[in-house]
Amino acid sequence: MVAETVVPAGPGTGSPGPVVVPERGRVAWWKRLPVVHQLRQSVGLQRGMLVAGLVITGIFLLTAALAPVLAPYGYSQLRSADGPFGAQQPPSAEHLLGTTFGGYDVLSRVIWGAQTALLVIVVAILASIVLGVLLGLVSGYVGGWADRLLVVLCDAIYAFPSLLLAILMAIVISGGQSSMWGGILAAALSITVVFVPQYFRVTRAEVVRIKGEAFVDSARVLGTPHRRIMFRHVLRNSTRTLPLIVTLNASEAILTLAGLGFLGFGIEPTAAAEWGYDLNKAVSDVTSGIWWTALFPGLAIVLVVLGITLVGESLNDLADPRLRSRRAAAEVSGEVAETSVVPGGTLTAGPGGLDAIEGAGSRSDELAAAPALPDPDAVGLDGRPSGSADDPRDGAPHDETEDRR
Amino acid sequence: MTTTTTGTPVGESTGADPASATPRPRRRRGGGGGLGSYVLVRALLILPTVFILVTTVFVVMRATGDPITAALGGRLTPDQLAERIHEAGYDRPVLVQYLEYLGGIVRGDFGTTISDNRPVTEVLATYGAATLELATYALLVAFVVGIPLGMLAGYLRDRVPDAMLRISAILAYATPVFFAGLMLKLVFSVWLGWLPVSGRASTDAEIELQFLDDSTGFYLVDAIRTGDPAIVGDVLEHAVLPALALGLLTAGVFLRLVRTNVIGTLSTDYVVAARSRGVRESRLVRAHAWRPALIPIITVIGLQVAMLLAGAVLTETTFEWKGLGFQLAEYLQARDFVAVQGIVVLMAVIVAVTNFLVDIIAALIDPRVRY
Repeated sequence: MVAETVVPAGPGTGSPGPVVVPERGRVAWWKRLPVVHQLRQSVGLQRGMLVAGLVITGIFLLTAALAPVLAPYGYSQLRSADGPFGAQQPPSAEHLLGTTFGGYDVLSRVIWGAQTALLVIVVAILASIVLGVLLGLVSGYVGGWADRLLVVLCDAIYAFPSLLLAILMAIVISGGQSSMWGGILAAALSITVVFVPQYFRVTRAEVVRIKGEAFVDSARVLGTPHRRIMFRHVLRNSTRTLPLIVTLNASEAILTLAGLGFLGFGIEPTAAAEWGYDLNKAVSDVTSGIWWTALFPGLAIVLVVLGITLVGESLNDLADPRLRSRRAAAEVSGEVAETSVVPGGTLTAGPGGLDAIEGAGSRSDELAAAPALPDPDAVGLDGRPSGSADDPRDGAPHDETEDRR
Repeated sequence: MTTTTTGTPVGESTGADPASATPRPRRRRGGGGGLGSYVLVRALLILPTVFILVTTVFVVMRATGDPITAALGGRLTPDQLAERIHEAGYDRPVLVQYLEYLGGIVRGDFGTTISDNRPVTEVLATYGAATLELATYALLVAFVVGIPLGMLAGYLRDRVPDAMLRISAILAYATPVFFAGLMLKLVFSVWLGWLPVSGRASTDAEIELQFLDDSTGFYLVDAIRTGDPAIVGDVLEHAVLPALALGLLTAGVFLRLVRTNVIGTLSTDYVVAARSRGVRESRLVRAHAWRPALIPIITVIGLQVAMLLAGAVLTETTFEWKGLGFQLAEYLQARDFVAVQGIVVLMAVIVAVTNFLVDIIAALIDPRVRY
C-alpha cells in the first residue's frame, strides 16, 4: 500500500524534480536486464570491450561446465592405457600442452581448473553478498553504536592486505589443505572474508543515503513495519552498484585463489585442479627452461580475469556519464554525482568510511526525531520522492543524461 | 553526506579549482576545524584500527590451536609436546595469553619464532628492509610508467592509443604478479641470460654486504657505500626483474586512475573556461588538469601499499628475494604461527600508518578533506 503511494514518479506530479523518464514503459523487459541494457547503451570501443569480455567470460563458463567432456584426461590422472604419462614431457600429440613435474597432463588440469575457479567464485560471491548486504542493510538502517563498531571493524579489515587475510582464514578453515569440496569451500570462505567489508560499505552507504529520502519517511509515517521498509523501500534501492562490484570481485576472487594456491594454501592436486598450485609447482621448472607447465595455467588465469574485468570495467564506465563514450559529441557538464564504482566505491576506503560515520551520526538523530515530529517537507508534500521503489535506478541523477540521449 | 571524501574524482564539485587546493585552513560546517584537529582525530583513529587487526590476527591464529603443536606436532612425543607448551605458557587461559601478547607488542616484543628460535623483532628488522627496498623500486616503476601514460590515455580518450593503454592496464591487473615474474624470469634470465634468476645479490656480493659495518639492509645503499661499482651493478641487476614484475602491475592501477581523473577534470568548468580562452589542449592537460587529478592518486597509494605488500609476498617467493614476504611463506610452510603473527601484525601496522600519512598529505593538498 505504501509502495503505491510512492511509485507514481513519472512526469506531471507537479514537481520540479530532475528525473524525467520518458520511455521506460515501452522498453521490453529483457532490454532492461543489467548486461543487455548496457550492451545496447554502449558504442564503439566500449562496446568492443564489453563484447570481448562477454565472449571470454562465456568461453570460461562453458569450459567450466563442460570440463568432463573437454578434458582429454582426469585432473589427477597419471597414466593412460599405454602406461604412465611421464614427468615434464614437452607438448606432443598425446599431451597437447605437455605434462607437469608430478606427471599430470597440463591441458586437462587447465580445463579442470576452470571448474574449480568457477565454483570458488560462485560460493565466495554468494556468501559475501548475503553476509555483506544483510549486515550493511541492518547496520545502516538501525544505526547506533553497533553500526559504528561494524564500520570501524570493516575499515580495519578492508585496509588489511587481502591476500594475508585470506591466508589467515585458510589456515583456520582448512589448516592449509583438504579435499575437493573442503578445499573449495575453504578457499571461497577465505575470499569471502575479504569481500564482505566491500559489500557492507557499499550497501550501508546507500542505505544511509536512502533512509533520509522522503519516501522512506512517508512510509514510516504511514506505519509501515521496519522490516518492510528495510527490504522493500531501502534494500531494493540500494543494490544499484552491486552488479558492478560482483564482476570486479569475481576477477579478484580468481587472483586471490591463485595467490593462495601459489603460496601452498590451495587445493591438493588429487582433489581438484587449481591454477595457482600448478604455477607454484612450475617455479623450479622455469629455472631449468621448462616453459609449458607455467605458461598455460598462467595464461588461463590472465584470460579469465581479463574477460571478467573487461565486463566489469565496461559496466562501470557505462554507469558513469563522465566516462561513457557518447554517440554524439553532446557536452555533459562536470557536475555529476559520484557514481563510478571503481574510484568511489572500492578504492577510496578510509575516508569514505569516516564520511559514512559522520553521515550516520546526523542521520540517526533525524531518525530519532522523525516519528515524534514528522517534518512536513519530508512526508512528500513537495511532490514526488526522488527515488521510487520499483526502479532502483531512478534515484540516481546520472540517469537523466542517459535517458535523454 | 556533508563531507567530500578524498577519493571523489575531482571535477565533481566547485572546489576543484587549483586555487582552492592550496593548504589553507578553513572553517567547515558542522564545527570542523583546521588541519591540527584533523591530524589529531586521524591519529587517534589509527589505534583502534591497529588494535582490531592485532586482535583479529590473534583470535584467528589461536583458533587453530596452540603454535607449538602446529609447528612441531608430528615430530615430538606427546609428553615432550606438553612440556614445550607448558614452558611457552600456551596452556594458560587464552585471555591471559592475549593480554600478555598485547603487553609484549607495546614493549616491542613479538615473541620468539618456533622453527628457528629467533626473536620475531629481529626477523622483522632483518627482512623488513629487503621488502621496503623492493616496494620502493616497484612504486618508482609504477609512478614513472603509470602516471604519464594515464595522462596520455585521458588526453587521447577513446582513440587508438587510449584503447591500447587501457587494455594494457587491464592486462596488468589481470596478470598475477607471480606469473608475470615467472615469464620475465623465463625470457630474460633463462632464455636470454641477461639477468640473474633469483636472489638479491650474487653470493660474493652478498657476503661482502653482510660484513659491512652498520649495514642498512638496503642492498643498494650498502652497495654504494662499499664504493665498488661491480657490487652496485650486481645489486641493481638482481632488482630489475622483481621491480618490473611488481611495478608494472601496480602501474596499471595508476594508469586507470589517472586516466579517469584526467577525463573528469578535463570536463570541469575551469578547464572549459581555459579552453575557451584558447589555451592549447596539450597545455590544458599539463598545466590545468593533472594536478587535481593527482589528489586521488595520493589517497589510493595508501591502499596500494596494502596491495603492494601482498604483491611483495608473491614476488619475493617467485624471485627468492629474501624479504618479509619470502620469510612469511617459509614460516607458513613450517607452520610457525608465532612468526607469521609477528609479520602479519607488522604489515597491518605499516598499512595503517601509511593510510594515516596519506590522509594527512591529502588534507594538506585539499582542504575539503578535513573534518
